[in-house]
Amino acid sequence: MTSVGATVKEPGSSVKNKTGSWRTFKPVLDKEKCIDCGNCILFCPEGCINKDYDIDYDYCKGCGICAEECPVEAIKMERE
Amino acid sequence: MDIPEKEFLAPGHRACAGCGATIGVRLALKMLGENTVAVSATGCLEVITTPYPETSWKIPWIHVAFENAGAVASGVERALKAQGKDDVTVVAFAGDGGTADIGLQSLSGAMERGHNLIYICYDNEAYMNTGVQRSGATPYGASTTTSPHGKESFGENKPKKNIPMIMAAHGVPYVATASISYPEDFMKKVQKAKEIEGPAYIHLHQPCTTGWGYDPSKTIELGRLAVETGSWLLYEIEEGEFKITYRPLERKPVNVYLEAQKRFKHLADEEKEKIQNYVDQVCAELKI
Repeated sequence: MTSVGATVKEPGSSVKNKTGSWRTFKPVLDKEKCIDCGNCILFCPEGCINKDYDIDYDYCKGCGICAEECPVEAIKMERE
Repeated sequence: MDIPEKEFLAPGHRACAGCGATIGVRLALKMLGENTVAVSATGCLEVITTPYPETSWKIPWIHVAFENAGAVASGVERALKAQGKDDVTVVAFAGDGGTADIGLQSLSGAMERGHNLIYICYDNEAYMNTGVQRSGATPYGASTTTSPHGKESFGENKPKKNIPMIMAAHGVPYVATASISYPEDFMKKVQKAKEIEGPAYIHLHQPCTTGWGYDPSKTIELGRLAVETGSWLLYEIEEGEFKITYRPLERKPVNVYLEAQKRFKHLADEEKEKIQNYVDQVCAELKI
């Protein structure tokens, strides 16, 4: 395939850049408290919380939206 | 509402922590699915998702200039049609600068020609990528680097340009406004836009932590305050029929939205009152 302009041929290759190092505060989820509402999954700018509510700390930038939007305060922001 | 699990925007992108644009794009792509080609105008989204030689996109994506997302999306749609690929969705993403100012003519052309495409404007109300310069979509009273507040100025002195209504005036089959803070409302609109034959325009309001001046954790809360105060309205216009899709139970005073952001902190009571009166007037007309 001839490249036209700047072509990137590997979809989703930004995963090589682990943005977790940007973080100062880390969200920690108490799964006992979690009511499975899905807010944190939906509102994460990185899309790094999976359906089992595991947070991928390789990419989490620590913005705190998940903790802010959790209706039962199951997520606490802890200093790294 | 069934929300597809699959993600089409990979992490590792360079968006600010708490970015509203990436939330909007993630949600939109979930509904559009993998059989989609995306076009991005120059702007935050393009810069943060494609630092060469990487990309966050898991679907075919093309970056064009600031002014021609509408034209390139038109070309992509026609090329796919010529190849008989009628089942592929074409979506263009552009910011408010790339939509309200620089890309307006090519967007207007695309709407006029009636291409089967979706255009989503992610509106953070200024040129955030280059350092918060005002755009046509910057609201009245906001301080930006090119409409700074000071002794001689209270910030932006013109009202926000009403792009969704300009799009509606083209007579296209579907126009909607949305907010990242109301994801189900937004995603339903994306689904409709996908199903409708012909051009669809969605104007997505999306708070920006860097440009608006608030804590990154408050992105969703700010979007909600915009809607709950009547500063941003959620509606759709389907085949010419206007419908409000969300009404706040009790409209909050605009002040709570303004005071939560640094860009409005300087405003005197007189200006705040003007903004409240303007919002009241619009909401009264629409019975919100």
